[in-house]
Amino acid sequence: MKRECDKCGKPATVHLTEITDGEKIEKHLCEDCAAAEGITVKASLPITQLLEDFILQSAGQEDTSDLHCDVCGLTFPEFRQRGVLGCPNDYDVFSDALDPMLRQAQEGADQHVGKVPQRADSGQEKQNTMLRLRGELRQAVASENYERAAELRDRLKEMEQQ
Amino acid sequence: MKLADLTKGAGEWLRGAGPMRDVVISSRIRLARNLAGVPFLAQCGPEQQHEIEQRLRQEILDAKIANEVLYVDIASASELDRQLLVERHLISRQHATASHPRGVAVSSDETCAIMVNEEDHLRIQVLRSGLDLADAIEDIMRVDDLLEARVDYAFHGKYGYLTACPTNVGTGLRVSVMLHLPALKLTGEIEKAFRAAHDMRLAIRGLFGEGTEATGDFFQVSNQTTLGKSEEQIVREFVTEMVPQLVAYERRAREALVQRRVLAVDDKARRSLALLRASRMISADETMYLLSLVRLGVNTGRLEDVNLKTINELFLLTQPAHLQKMLDKKLESEERDEVRANFIRQRLGAD
Repeated sequence: MKRECDKCGKPATVHLTEITDGEKIEKHLCEDCAAAEGITVKASLPITQLLEDFILQSAGQEDTSDLHCDVCGLTFPEFRQRGVLGCPNDYDVFSDALDPMLRQAQEGADQHVGKVPQRADSGQEKQNTMLRLRGELRQAVASENYERAAELRDRLKEMEQQ
Repeated sequence: MKLADLTKGAGEWLRGAGPMRDVVISSRIRLARNLAGVPFLAQCGPEQQHEIEQRLRQEILDAKIANEVLYVDIASASELDRQLLVERHLISRQHATASHPRGVAVSSDETCAIMVNEEDHLRIQVLRSGLDLADAIEDIMRVDDLLEARVDYAFHGKYGYLTACPTNVGTGLRVSVMLHLPALKLTGEIEKAFRAAHDMRLAIRGLFGEGTEATGDFFQVSNQTTLGKSEEQIVREFVTEMVPQLVAYERRAREALVQRRVLAVDDKARRSLALLRASRMISADETMYLLSLVRLGVNTGRLEDVNLKTINELFLLTQPAHLQKMLDKKLESEERDEVRANFIRQRLGAD
């Protein structure tokens, strides 16, 4: 049984039965309309949408159409269209455009604080660990987990003295 | 180990064990990794893609990530084999249908699979039964370390592990937990779970089947944030906050059903089991729908003569590619319905 979306007629993939005051209401929606109604969150953040938002927000501020990577040749408009980057160097070339987008998609973060390859130099690793601990400390304080906060403070102090 | 051997069982991760197994079917963690000094896959020409595939195939096999590892060259695999790997959650649908040089390495117990040349050069995944993310993260970090000792990953001081799509950057880590939420569906409260997931910044989507209502009791929740949190933190949030909350909703709905409508639960579970045991032809969608209700009966203690492992296995083994692989021939839809019904009757000990 294939159903069409109540709103736009595309194939419905979200099916709901609500019972309000004893009355049964069935809803059949496509992924986009369900997401628009706040019923579901899309499977993955639509990167092209984020890019679109960014372009609109920064309209008139800076022209991104000339941005391109010398290493792989990818231009910003190409990235915008495809949603995937061409090479590691693109992260540096497009960083001004990427940062606000990342912050929007990543709960405000634009800086990695997790694992570091064993072969990356230790200065980088230490910085990241400390960044991560500071973030966790902020969270621990916010959630009134004082025991964990004290533990994290001690570890940070230790690292600072090293 | 051959690909056909896979159809004999269901893989370690579907054995119906692990924490919260009444609601959580399985947990998965995947890491996205790319080679340093090499363009991301989409920007590579066919020759370079082939070189990357050859190199990573060898490195993975040499890294000894498990006692026995099967490597499948997806580009030269048959359509049936590719579909089988998708049904077993060992490769993505995109990986099955793409046309460039690519592959997958699978550990013999299927708890680990590494896709080569998917969207990123490497997509490492580990699977566990139930909510067993602590074990999963430990295992995937072990595999990641083994590979990292052999190849240089693209890594950036600020952005972390670099990925083709910026939505994966940082940890490159995606946790996905597969949930069975039949009671929330039956009581019409599934939106509550959707809203909770939304508030926790989780993506939630239906699983199995083509997304019709009949097959819609399975959901996969996964994190959307990959940057600015450590791997441990992402996993910890899943294990201590997010999944327990969704599981609690489902358990409460099950309790309410058993308290207020026990006859309806018994009726649905027993009728479903009877149909499965009596059918001579059955579609994949109907199978899924009936198995879901039987599973609800087992997990609410209303059905005692069926075990969870058998039910979990049937979800997998009754899918189209599995049935065809078992008989080692291509079957039309109607033939499949007959083979499926026979197989189910045999597994459920019917007449």
